[in-house]
Parts: sequence; C-alpha cells; structure tokens
Amino acid sequence: MTTTHDAPPSGPVERTAEGAQELSSADVLAGAERLRERGAVLRLSEAAVAEAEAEPVPDDETMIINMGPQHPSTHGVLRLMLELQGETVLRCKPVIGYLHTGMERTGEDLTYLQGPTNVTRMDYASPLFTELAFSLTVEKLLDIEVPERAVWIRMLMTEMNRISSHLLFMATNGMDLGAVSMMLYGWREREEALRFLQEVTGLRMNHNYIRPGGVAADLPDGWRDGVLRLLDMLPERLAEYDTLLNQQPIWRERLQGIGVITAEECLALGVTGPILRSTGYDWDLRRDMPYMAFDQVEFDVVVGSYGDCFDRYAIRFAEIAESMKIVRQCLENMPKGDYRIQDKKVTPPPRARIDESMEALIHHFKIFTEGFKVPEGEAYVAIESPRGELGCYIVSDGSSKPYRMHIRGPSFVNIQSLPHLMHGGLVADGVAIISSVDPILGEVDR
Amino acid sequence: MADDDAPVGEAEGEEVREPEPELLFGLPVTRSHDQIVLFPSAEQYPGLLTTLHESGYHMVIDLTGVDYLTHPGRTELPADVAPERFEVVVNLINHRERARLRLRIQVPESDPRLPSAFDLYPGTEAMERETFDMYGVVFDGHPDLTRILMPEDWIGHPLRKDYDSGRIPVQFKGAPANR
Repeated sequence: MTTTHDAPPSGPVERTAEGAQELSSADVLAGAERLRERGAVLRLSEAAVAEAEAEPVPDDETMIINMGPQHPSTHGVLRLMLELQGETVLRCKPVIGYLHTGMERTGEDLTYLQGPTNVTRMDYASPLFTELAFSLTVEKLLDIEVPERAVWIRMLMTEMNRISSHLLFMATNGMDLGAVSMMLYGWREREEALRFLQEVTGLRMNHNYIRPGGVAADLPDGWRDGVLRLLDMLPERLAEYDTLLNQQPIWRERLQGIGVITAEECLALGVTGPILRSTGYDWDLRRDMPYMAFDQVEFDVVVGSYGDCFDRYAIRFAEIAESMKIVRQCLENMPKGDYRIQDKKVTPPPRARIDESMEALIHHFKIFTEGFKVPEGEAYVAIESPRGELGCYIVSDGSSKPYRMHIRGPSFVNIQSLPHLMHGGLVADGVAIISSVDPILGEVDR
Repeated sequence: MADDDAPVGEAEGEEVREPEPELLFGLPVTRSHDQIVLFPSAEQYPGLLTTLHESGYHMVIDLTGVDYLTHPGRTELPADVAPERFEVVVNLINHRERARLRLRIQVPESDPRLPSAFDLYPGTEAMERETFDMYGVVFDGHPDLTRILMPEDWIGHPLRKDYDSGRIPVQFKGAPANR
C-alpha cells in the first residue's frame, strides 16, 4: 500500500491538553466561571452579575444530558449538552465538528474554477449562495466585472434558492413542533422551487452553477414559464400556511415569547440574518451594503419586534414573499447579452471554437489543467444568505489555487446564541429554539 | 473650500513632499481592493479593539487565521510591519456608518499567542476556538480554548501548511492491484 504521506510535520506537535470539549459539571465551576459558561458568553450588567452569582450552586438535582448528535430535531449532527433541573434548561453547550470534512483545506488544493464544486457542499440548503460569495471574492481579486445578464441571472437564481431554503425551514420548523402537515406542504413547495433550479442548472442541489466570471450556462428556453409557474402557485400556498399556522393558537403558544434575544445580545454574539432582524434591528446586506444589482430592485426588509421564535418564523415567512417580488423584477428586467465574461483568460472558450482555433484549444487546455491565475492579494466579500451574513475570505499568492480560502458561515456563528436562547426554558422549547435558529450543519462544520 | 489652500501650499513648498500617511485609529491605512485594512501589532490589538468598539464597530463578523509558511514575501504589508508566519485576520462591521474594517495581526511562529477578544466581543468565542484548532494560535483569556471541529485527541493543526493533507493515489483501470 503506497500513499504519499510524508513524515509527520517537523517541529513540536504535542498532544493537545486543552481538556474536554464537553460541558463540565457544575460543581467544578464557581461564580464567574459558571456565569461565563452559562450565560454563555454575554456581558451582563454588574447588577445582573451580582444577582447571578448569588444564585445557589445547583445541587445534585441537576443532570447533564446529551441531545444529539443523532436527535431528529437537531437538523443534522448538532450535539447539545444540556444541564437540566427537572424540565428546565440551566446550561447548554453546542458540541460541533461531527460533519467536519476539511473543506477549507480542500479548497486550497482546487483551482479557482473547481472551487465552487467544493464550497457549494457547505450550506446544502442554499448552495448557490456559497458559490456566489466565492465567485464574487475571486472576481474582486481578479478585478473583473461580470456582464449585466450574468448579474441578473445570479440574482434570480439566488432568490429562488432563498425561497426554497425558507420553504425548507417552514417544513422542518413545522415538523419539530408537531405540525406534520406543514412538513409535507413545505417539502412539496420546495420541490417545485428545486424543479426550477434543476431546469436551469441540471441539479437539485450542489449546483456548481455560479462560477468566477459568470454562470455556467445561460437560462434555458422556457425559463420564464418555470418562474411564473412558481410565482403563480406560491401566493395561494402561502395563504394556506397562514391559515394553518399563523392563525392557529397552538402554534402561537408554542412560539411566542420563547427564546427571546435582544439586539445588543445579537450584536455581541455576532448573530446575523433573521435572528438579528427579529429583534427589530433593521439590517440586511442586500439593502444596506448592496452587491450585484440589489440597489435596482425594490423589496422590503422585514423586521420583528420581540426577538422570539415566532418573530424569527414570521420573518422567514414574509421573506418568501419579498423574494418573490425580487424574482418578478428579475423576470421583467432580465437584460440580454452574455451570461459569462468574455475574458479568454478566465472563461473557457465555447465548444465550437475549439475545433477551429488553435488558440482556443490552448486556452481550453490551460484553463482546465492549470487553471487561471489570480493576482496576489486578499479580499473579503459578504452576501446576505438566508441564514445571515455569508462571507468569503481568500488570500491569493498569484497562483491558480487559493492560498487560503475561508468561509464565514452564518450558521457557525449563529449557534453561539443557543446557550443564551435556551437558558431557563423547557426542553420542549429547546426544540423550537434550535429550529428557529435554522442551523445547517454542513456549514457549521465545513 | 479646501481646494483653495492647495496652490498656496504648492508654491511655498519647493520640495516634493510625500503625502502624509492616512491614519485611522492611529494606524496607517492600507487598502486592499477598496477594503480598508489595518495592521496592528499584538500589543496594540486589545487597545485598538476597545477604541473600535467605542467608535461603533459593534460586531466582529469574522476572525480567522492564515499560515504564510510557503508564501512569506507578501507584498501588501506596510514597510514597518515585519511579516511573521501566522496572521490572524479580524473583520469588523460598523452598522451605523455601513463600514467594514479588517485587522491583520502578525503572530510569530515561535510564540503563537494573542490576547482574546472575547471580553469585548463574545461572538468571537467559536471563531477563536476554530483558529486555535486549525492553526494552534493560543488566545489568552479565552474561557474555553478547546478544539472545536477536530476531535479532542487530534494531533497537529490541520490548516497549517506543513500539515500533510494526505492523498491516496487514484486507481486506474488495468493498473496492478495495490495489494
């Protein structure tokens, strides 16, 4: 058996002695230590600290239990360690890494053209967004502008993807709370959205459609019918959801006032997206730091007021309608032209040219073997994904592969709010809270 | 108007002066593709964060590391910043001014340590743990600096450039079996 494993890396590589990743038991922690772990990570006022420190150390009536990693309502392989007193959650610690596959490392071994195939597998519920963040960063480093049509195709496709991602949220959120019909409805409508994505990209997920320089293929014939089919179908279905969920007392009881977070806490914890907006904080990168052509379309940024699970659910519900508005405007304003940049160093030549032109053959060969070179430098580009700010940081050393490729996954940061949201609630509410944070574990662990 | 002063100054000053370096929070500003980058030293870093927090940069959006082992001669560093092997990259956002700011802090290989930003920005908890896990940069003052993505008993830091990523050769049809 031969492998190319070299000798172990030189230099001292010690066995790690950082201690357990798990939640430590309460009796070994005292005072401030306990506070830090429990309140996770929030800065409290002095009065609050004094009050919390005066709380008696929980006696042996508390217990630490595991929820996950295979629990169905953890949306994948999220493992939560909960300290419970009866049914009440005292502390909570997310333990992650079960899905870690080293995608950032893999990204350093793939060319810029191969890069989207890798990053698209991170957030599998909204794969086009990660491709978009990656491509925008590479284009910034290359200092190129993609054609108008490519920009609008990207907007159309990502907003369609936002609809499908939020529909998936509606389904899983319903399932977690026992509204099983909602699960089936959500999956059904998402299927329609995925059908359109499949018509355009060829795949239901992991599209590898948005690439540096443009998109992989032009919109197919009849794409307008596909969009209209969805736009015509959805309002009726959303009205159905409204009757089924929003006007249902049990649903409201389960969500209202559960898992409350304030805007200050969100800012301190780095939480973005619908969770931040649910607190009434009016922030959406599409409107506030516009990228692509979002400054040319009209849509509303939906904000909540209580910061509870219901607001987070309602924001996503309303964002589906806002995305439909943007999609309709994309339909009306779709310009004609190229769907990818006509820069021979970045875009492979069309198939027909390869038979006629030696130069095209050479370019084709170079791009698919060596890849195109990106000038030295570094850049960070962020977009608004369905879960919050999705950023991509790339360092280039001038070769055809990224020297460092880092994705700032919104789910990775957002799950830091779980210990805070769950403190003092019931285990059953915990399920609602995990669901309302809507983490995608592929993105958390990368 | 500010433009009125310019010709006067030009007439009086006979030598061609270098433009004053643009300063932001006491540090020279570098621009990378229109994005503002500052290069604080490890000693300046905690103080700078306090200043930034007071001036409206309320959120650390991202904190990560880079290992420059095989690419030491990067050109974009200012003259007075000595390149080191590791770099910790912090992205902050100011919502009110809609501004972003990036800090790049040089961390030497011999002593990869940096003060933790946790007390000001609790949201860096997971990101600092990830940077520790992947690069072995130790953040002083972090409440729970354990591995976050890799298993607890993992040896080495996988995103370091001298960490072998390993590869199993592709088995092509017709090649002798690998037994």
